[in-house]
Amino acid sequence: MRIALFITCFNDTMFPRTGRAVTELLERLGHTVEFPQAQTCCGQIHFNTGYRPETLPMVRRFAEVFAGYDAVVAPSGSCAGMVRDHYRVVVAQYGDAALAEAVEHVVPTVYELSQLLVDVLGVTDVGAYFPHRVTYHPTCHSLRMLRVGDRPLKLLRAVKGIDLVELPAAESCCGFGGTFALKNAEVSNAMLADKMRHVQNTGAEFLCAGDNSCLTHIGGGLSRLRTGVGTIHLAEILASTEGGAR
Amino acid sequence: MSGADNVVWLGTPPFPEAARTALADTRLRANLRRATGTIRDKRLAVAAELEDWEELRETAAAVKRHTLRHLDHHLLRLEKAVTAAGGVVHWASDAAEANRIVTALVKATGEDEVVKVKSMATQEIGLNEALAGAGIRAYETDLAELIVQLGADRPSHILVPAIHRGRSEIREIFRREMGEWGRPAPEDLTDEPRDLAEAARLHLREKFLRAKVAVSGANFAAADTGTVAVVESEGNGRMCLTLPETLITVMGIEKILPSFADLDVFLQLLPRSSTGERMNPYTSLWTGVIEGDGPRNFHLVLLDNGRTATLADEVGRQALACIRCSACLNVCPVYERTGGHAYGSVYPGPIGAVLTPQLAGIQNAASLPFASTLCGACYDACPVKINIPEVLVHLRAEAVEAERRDRLLPTFEALAMKAAGAVLGSPRRLATVQRLAAMGARLLARDGRIGALPGPFARWSDTRDIPAPARESLRAWWRRTRPPSSEGSSTTAEGKGRR
Repeated sequence: MRIALFITCFNDTMFPRTGRAVTELLERLGHTVEFPQAQTCCGQIHFNTGYRPETLPMVRRFAEVFAGYDAVVAPSGSCAGMVRDHYRVVVAQYGDAALAEAVEHVVPTVYELSQLLVDVLGVTDVGAYFPHRVTYHPTCHSLRMLRVGDRPLKLLRAVKGIDLVELPAAESCCGFGGTFALKNAEVSNAMLADKMRHVQNTGAEFLCAGDNSCLTHIGGGLSRLRTGVGTIHLAEILASTEGGAR
Repeated sequence: MSGADNVVWLGTPPFPEAARTALADTRLRANLRRATGTIRDKRLAVAAELEDWEELRETAAAVKRHTLRHLDHHLLRLEKAVTAAGGVVHWASDAAEANRIVTALVKATGEDEVVKVKSMATQEIGLNEALAGAGIRAYETDLAELIVQLGADRPSHILVPAIHRGRSEIREIFRREMGEWGRPAPEDLTDEPRDLAEAARLHLREKFLRAKVAVSGANFAAADTGTVAVVESEGNGRMCLTLPETLITVMGIEKILPSFADLDVFLQLLPRSSTGERMNPYTSLWTGVIEGDGPRNFHLVLLDNGRTATLADEVGRQALACIRCSACLNVCPVYERTGGHAYGSVYPGPIGAVLTPQLAGIQNAASLPFASTLCGACYDACPVKINIPEVLVHLRAEAVEAERRDRLLPTFEALAMKAAGAVLGSPRRLATVQRLAAMGARLLARDGRIGALPGPFARWSDTRDIPAPARESLRAWWRRTRPPSSEGSSTTAEGKGRR
């Protein structure tokens, strides 16, 4: 399959290793991965903060850059959710007929990583090896916007060597919420405190999720408290192999 | 009167500030965590018992959509049916008008006190305060509302207004205040729930037996028969609805259902979603007045108070489908930490964050649509499928637009968003910023982590480390390791995106 990688602006800048992991993983599974250099951002920051007209140029760019691939993969539930759930809203409000058509074509080809692997590529065992104790946090947008369900867990369970432990209150929001963490910093911290407590109670070495933004928030707290618990994106675990990286 | 006066008690500070106070209250946090956790689990259990739960939700949502689309038609049908059954219908465009109508109706009876059934509509318009201004004392008879009233407090939850109070606090309030309002609490009152309930029971019984006028809200009203419904757990509502001579019901116009048969769906959804019960203990239904049975005079005040304006908003109108079950409050992680007072409205939590700004005007409650992480738990819990996150984001856009109109100079946020838009509008500019960020990070970071950031980002770095931006972005890595000549993947892709 010819798959375009939509790395997302945040991963591109902060977590290129997640993008490299997605690439390695998909190529290992025999697919062609392309990286359109003209890509930038899905526009979620602007959309969710109320700057809706400003989102339109990014929607337009996305629809042009990612047209014509068999699939587009994003290692982020919230960015994939933005494209799948909100692009039509933006276009209906500010766009034109041509853009509406372009968006209609591209939106169904966009997948979050676990959805692409399980639903489109039909794999759960990707041949990964990761000999660590891991707990998984299902991020809100993966869970409730994209409905990825237990796909990430299916993928993780098939990883060799992994000791996967259940996270208590896993489905509670970690308190990140984009600009919420700045606008309502204290509430965000209160939610983070509970999430960190649950993570620590599992005794896991790594907290895994499908969104580096949530992981940055939780991991930032875990790091500040010197808990020694690391964070890792799902793609990086799935890309790890025996004798390979990590 | 309009805007801020539509909903009482918007004098509170904006949400982030009010939340700060609430977060510091350890007793509040403990009370809320226990109470919301319990109701949440009960709700999940009883919803799971019904195989057709999802179909019920869909049906309810469809009935509400239909009703709101033809609201004018159904309201006129209701007026006709209520009138035919011997009731009197009044129309109130806003809070002030509704208060005037109710006050005049009570005055006409010659009474100076009323008993009240728990009602959000009368809370919304500040009826008790308005009646007090006219020399009429209103007694709340719902146990939790009684606790709030005696404590000179504000409700903090739609269904459990005193959820923020623990039983020892309630004991203190009863002992201190009950005597001021009627029968005092017993000297040896303990904080056992049974004793507290018994004290309230004896206190309230005197009111029920004396009252000539009652004021209620309505959970539902059937347009075809003119039947009004109140759903409750304690039986106090039934006392108010049957004993007095005059009954005045204040009802938001959105509470209407096209037909009596529609109650079937809603009476299954409401108790399960609100208290986690299969069925609520008391459901009172009345149709006008009947000779020799119940009140001799029935007045129905139909309240608009910003609802027609809300109806005009295609996205926002779904908030009017709310049946006030409070399931969204009980699953909301933000509500769970802050409690209801932080929302500065009788409608707190996720539904309050979308309803209040619409009833009161976005400029009067601009911080509320931002009081959410958009985690979506409220949407999943809502029995009538109100897409609360969708409305929140919609209202955020309105808040930003209103600010743009009203301000001479853009906010810091607006400037930051503009700058971000410029950077994200071009891959070249983004790449430049990524290089600059990587350089800056090398100056700031220790062991690959940044401990403190300046300006508005200090709020982030107060409690969280930040990983340093990568030395090489993915796009730079791709360009370096996969030159366009090999296989041509990035060449094709880039050519594609170029405009």
